Amino acid sequence: MTQAPNVSGALETSDRVASHLHPEGSFDVADHPVPSGKEEWWRFTPMRRLRGLQTDAPFAAGGCTVTVQAPAPATVSQVSIDDPVTRESGFAPTERVSARAWNAVDEATLVDIPAEAELDQPIYLRHTGNGSDVATAGHAVIRAGRHSKATVVLEFSGSATVADTVQVIAGDGAQLTVVAMLEWADDAVHHSAQHIKVGRDAKVKHAVLTFGGDLVRVPVSVDYDGPGGDVELLGLYYADEGQYLEHRIFVDHAKPNCKSDALYKGALQGKGARTVWVGDVLIRKAAEGTETYEMNRNLLLTEGARADSVPNLEIETGEIAGAGHASATGRFDDEQLFYLLSRGIPEPVARRLVVRGFFGEILLRLGVPDVVERASAIIERELAVTGN
Amino acid sequence: MATLDIRDLHVDVVTETESKEILKGVDLTVSSGETHAIMGPNGSGKSTLAYSLAGHPKYQVTSGSVTLDGEDVLAMSVDERARAGLFLAMQYPVEVPGVSMSNFLRTAATAVRGEAPAIRTWVKEVKQAMKDLDITEEFADRSVNEGFSGGEKKRHEILQLELLKPKIAVLDETDSGLDVDALRVVSDGVNKYKADSDGGVLLITHYTRILRYIHPDKVHVFAGGKIVESGGPELAEELENNGYLRFTSGKPAAV
Ligand SMILES: Nc1ncnc2c1ncn2[C@@H]1O[C@H](COP(=O)(O)OP(=O)(O)OP(=O)(O)O)[C@@H](O)[C@H]1O
Ligand SMILES: [Mg+2]
Repeated sequence: MTQAPNVSGALETSDRVASHLHPEGSFDVADHPVPSGKEEWWRFTPMRRLRGLQTDAPFAAGGCTVTVQAPAPATVSQVSIDDPVTRESGFAPTERVSARAWNAVDEATLVDIPAEAELDQPIYLRHTGNGSDVATAGHAVIRAGRHSKATVVLEFSGSATVADTVQVIAGDGAQLTVVAMLEWADDAVHHSAQHIKVGRDAKVKHAVLTFGGDLVRVPVSVDYDGPGGDVELLGLYYADEGQYLEHRIFVDHAKPNCKSDALYKGALQGKGARTVWVGDVLIRKAAEGTETYEMNRNLLLTEGARADSVPNLEIETGEIAGAGHASATGRFDDEQLFYLLSRGIPEPVARRLVVRGFFGEILLRLGVPDVVERASAIIERELAVTGN
Repeated sequence: MATLDIRDLHVDVVTETESKEILKGVDLTVSSGETHAIMGPNGSGKSTLAYSLAGHPKYQVTSGSVTLDGEDVLAMSVDERARAGLFLAMQYPVEVPGVSMSNFLRTAATAVRGEAPAIRTWVKEVKQAMKDLDITEEFADRSVNEGFSGGEKKRHEILQLELLKPKIAVLDETDSGLDVDALRVVSDGVNKYKADSDGGVLLITHYTRILRYIHPDKVHVFAGGKIVESGGPELAEELENNGYLRFTSGKPAAV
């Protein structure tokens, strides 16, 4: 690193990093000043609701109970934070919350999938919050060996205030699905920095499903370790009254002939329901033959909800296979509703049809049956909340 | 035997800034087995009548009455009207992304019939109706009206007519945007509905050509928000030859 310590929101001008949204990281908390909320990176986040995660809120152990289900030959173990595996993905915190989370733990949970292992059942890490009064830090590293095939589901429920780090390392030719299922109670706060390193010819599907929580913020970043990597980033969020849900993706295309395809969809209902999606895809000079697409769609089901959507695409080479981005935020359309009603369909059924249809595409692409089933059930429950 | 009775219907269109009277006293009775054609110049209020009958929230009934077999239609919600046996084939059918045509049709049929149709007979019924209307099977998996051509949308409106079998059907310019072959297919569909269900049809159109395939019992001329003249099929011939000039206080008609 040749640059001065990272300052979130600063314009980055080194040769290697041209993306001003994503300055280089540092493991030292002192390198990350307390954000005011005016920085580009934080500009949407209601800082006061972060419960001091961004300043000095102390971390305590035991905030979450974790249960593990890992079919052989996969293993789940605790490793020292100084174990080289924690540096393998290339991730380094780019803001204060993640830097604090990194330094607050002595150990990381390592999910290890041996090379060439093919798991026919998902690995589950189930986190249950025991209360939101004291903050908890967490760290998970998911390493899929070369040519392995596996699905890992990280579940979060209950009450908690959490800052964590999730690192995903997909070896060459691995086929890995990672799902973060956030079913937090209404008072939870969760900041989750997730990073994926994609090996040569590896195929990674990453999904974030966010339902609960008072404030949830999930920045996901992707690096490629060789050509031929293929990443699908999926997101589904459903914000109720008063909830703030922020999702960000940063895909750094620095290797040739890689793919990225991001689709995030959100529904909002109730006063003060708020969501933010920021997508950033950077195609560097070396990344010839890149194919990328990012899309965010939001559905406002009631008055008083607000969705922000910012897709960015930075292209530094002309030799790409295809690049696109799109974003759309729409109200639940009165004309659509009228059309369905005019065919005799009662209003609650009509609304359900439209919302199910809206999320159907994500769930279909996600394709992890157990998760899809539960997400569908939660969506039905959410629809029932407003009597829709 | 069903009867739709429209009496002295006055309707305002409500926009964000104002509300304006469009229908100025419409009287019309349509019974089972009858076909009424309504013809009139652009902007005369034909679609307003159609939407008002279906209960579109933009159109506010200020006075008059609409009954179906004596039941107060105006007191019913949009979906209740459809379940009571009213159907509107829209001039501009709405796209509903993410909802498949097959799911939509089944949900609508379940609502209108009061119970879910048995799967096996339902699949057959839909397939046959689609075939009759020259609709290929792939449409079943597509989102409702999304990316359909004008003609494809109109065929699907008639497909819904076939499957929902209403007592009274209002067809708003179902013929516009159809080529001659499609016009014949769609007309056959309407005639089949009439024969099978003994339905009453209110056919709104600009052109007489569809009346060669669907024979009206009555023709009404619509101008300035009401029916200004009624007659038999011969009235359509006169309109074909002379336009609406004589009904629009001397102003040239936009046909
Ligand atoms: N939603 C609306 N907002 C504003 N004005 C409207 C609306 N709907 C109808 N109008 C106005 O009401 C009048 C009648 O419109 P309507 O669509 O009923 O006519 P039409 O006879 O169906 O015309 P066309 O033959 O072109 O289909 C027009 O002046 C139209 O501009
Ligand atoms: Mg019209």
